[in-house]
Amino acid sequence: MRILLTLVLAAASLQAQAGRDEPIPPRPPVTPEETTAGKRLFDGHCAGCHGPEGRGAQGPNLARPSLRHAQDAQSLFLVIDLGIEGTEMPRGGQLHDLEIWKIVAYVESLGRTAPEPLPGDAERGKNLYYGKGNCAACHWLNGGGGRQGPELSGIGASRGLAYLRQSLLEPAATVPEGFLLVAAVGRDGHRIRGVRLNEDPFTIQIRDSADVIHSLRKEDLAELHRQKGESSMPPYGGVFTTAEIDDLVSFLASQRGGS
Amino acid sequence: MRFLILALVLGASLGAQVPFERILKAEAEPHNWLTYSGNYSSHRHSPLKLINRDNVGGLKALWTYQINTLHKFETTPIVVDGVMYISEPPSDVTALDTRTGRPLWEYRRKLPKDIPVCCGEVNRGVAVLGDTVYIGTLDAHLVALDAKSGLVRWDVEVEDYTVGQSVTVAPLAVKDKIVVGIAGGEYGVRGFLDAYDAKTGERAWRFWTVPGPGEPGNETWAGDSWKRGAATTWVTGSYDPDLNLVYWGTGNPGPDWNGEVREGDNLYSDSLIALDADSGKLKWYFQFTPHDVHDWDATEVPVLIDGTVRGQKRKLVLFANRNAFYYVLDRETGEFLLGKPYAKQTWAKGLDDSGRPMRLPNTAPTLEGTLVYPAVPGATNWFSPSYSPADHLFYVNVTEMGHIYHMGEAIFKAGSRYSAGGARRIPGEEPYAEIRAFVPETAELKWAFRLQRPPRAGLLSTAGGLVFGCSAEGDFFALDSQSGKPLWRFQTGGGMYSNPMSFAVDGKQRIAIAAGHGLYVFGLGE
Repeated sequence: MRILLTLVLAAASLQAQAGRDEPIPPRPPVTPEETTAGKRLFDGHCAGCHGPEGRGAQGPNLARPSLRHAQDAQSLFLVIDLGIEGTEMPRGGQLHDLEIWKIVAYVESLGRTAPEPLPGDAERGKNLYYGKGNCAACHWLNGGGGRQGPELSGIGASRGLAYLRQSLLEPAATVPEGFLLVAAVGRDGHRIRGVRLNEDPFTIQIRDSADVIHSLRKEDLAELHRQKGESSMPPYGGVFTTAEIDDLVSFLASQRGGS
Repeated sequence: MRFLILALVLGASLGAQVPFERILKAEAEPHNWLTYSGNYSSHRHSPLKLINRDNVGGLKALWTYQINTLHKFETTPIVVDGVMYISEPPSDVTALDTRTGRPLWEYRRKLPKDIPVCCGEVNRGVAVLGDTVYIGTLDAHLVALDAKSGLVRWDVEVEDYTVGQSVTVAPLAVKDKIVVGIAGGEYGVRGFLDAYDAKTGERAWRFWTVPGPGEPGNETWAGDSWKRGAATTWVTGSYDPDLNLVYWGTGNPGPDWNGEVREGDNLYSDSLIALDADSGKLKWYFQFTPHDVHDWDATEVPVLIDGTVRGQKRKLVLFANRNAFYYVLDRETGEFLLGKPYAKQTWAKGLDDSGRPMRLPNTAPTLEGTLVYPAVPGATNWFSPSYSPADHLFYVNVTEMGHIYHMGEAIFKAGSRYSAGGARRIPGEEPYAEIRAFVPETAELKWAFRLQRPPRAGLLSTAGGLVFGCSAEGDFFALDSQSGKPLWRFQTGGGMYSNPMSFAVDGKQRIAIAAGHGLYVFGLGE
């Protein structure tokens, strides 16, 4: 009885911490209809980031036997309901509990499909990353590297294979939030180009390619261009062979750590 | 001697009475801020001009009062003769010395742990009448506090909080009554507007914003859907003493995004209602968004002005609606005079001659998602617009943003969310906002000031030729009221979910705003 009570309390406190007011309602029986309904909900709410059939895009591949943030149905329910703090996974707060259970059923069914094989050799990809590609000059990975691009330590856990490939071939199509390129021209003609760190109606903060941070007042600027759809990373299709791109994608997909 | 004088003045302040007549003539005592929107016409305008476009550049933070919770701080302070009364989230009240920001008394309410609320444990302010301060609470009570001590005079239940009803609105003191609305539109409650006897707490009247069987309007709800029709009343309205009418906006019909379970116009959701202040009887209504399926509450602040429309002097009510249309109505009759989009909208071809929207096909939420402008938070929202009689301009925070709307299952269980759908961002869209100044009768744009991201805070205009506003990034700033040119700013470092106001102490003007978890008071260096 005491153990049971402790367990109940632990579960309650987990939910309270996670920000859910009510206990998770009992799971309805998993039926093919439930899973099909879950797919329709998934296509509307989730596929935009997780890709069709959850194969991964801007969001991680969910077609795998185990999920990093959701080892069981209850935790998957909470992830869908409350999102994952510190990631791009938003709260699903407007979904009804029974709708969440349907999505859980569908996402679980994805884990029973065959995982997508890695296209190349991760070890060769590592050599390309640090060697020919010199990727570490701009990207932070596992404790070291450059700051111009996004950190890649956990990129394999948060992005799908197709997205990783696209980031190498068409970087401008996949500029992540927080890496908008901006070009500012001061009233004195001085030019600064770099990544926007922050902006409000009156000021902007920019990190340039030499890692210098500039704090600018908009009233001092003659021009300010937000270079949406541009990236400081060149396309790597002309640098690597198709096989090398496969190797790099495999290396990146194996990066599942993160700070 | 100096100490004695200070003590005497404060003693007098705490004894001050605020009869109805003082609120009626709020403009005559601009050193005070006697009601939520500054006056009964809800102008949120200060006639003070000691701080003006010539000297606002020297504005400095004079004191800050910190609250002890992490909830959003939405209060508009009330100021009476040197004492400021603020609500603190979730349902507390503090009286502050306006000179120093030091608390004079506190009311701390013990709340149950299981209160269901959709959008944060918030409160937007108190009302003052006579020698009493009134607060609505998250557990859906109305509480009267002695203005000198914060001790409870009476405490009455407005409704049952366990089914999702709560009071977050600043009450409105009218004559001898306290008008108070209800929140809970995402829980399938049945909305209403109440008035309570200010002395006793006895309920004087209730107007159901969703009519019951046999009442006009009930036929606009399919089956028994009226029982869960919402149309809540969570933003403070206005009052016209000559017409003796209370004007109040109503919220979305329930459930928010699935209209299939409530066919019909769903009166009086998303409407402006005009009620007799003595009886609570409906004089007229105007429904902005019949059969809303996008959660576009009409819980914005109705602004009352007298103006000339098509050559005729009229008593007007201005209404910048969440549905992206700006309306001018005759406030005696509710007659539709003007309606124009003031932000991007893709859901209606326009408004017909009666002001009814001509809805476009394929704009309702679906399981797969439907892209529609404006977004769920709307072109504007609960935070206040402002009207400057000095400049004859109407100022409003306008958001330019769309959403992909989803319809979900409508499964009702008392006390649980009953919104049946939702919305997600349009990939790649970077929403922005502008503070826009309009000619009130025509909606002609005079100027716009660009904001980086949509803010969640309101505006104050002053006779000093200023408009005070807030950014989503924590800036509090002043614009020239005639040109929109920025003149002063201060980075508060916190999220802003409130409305600015102004008062004076010792003959010196102050500007106040709740930001982050602090209340900031600004003045010229002294």
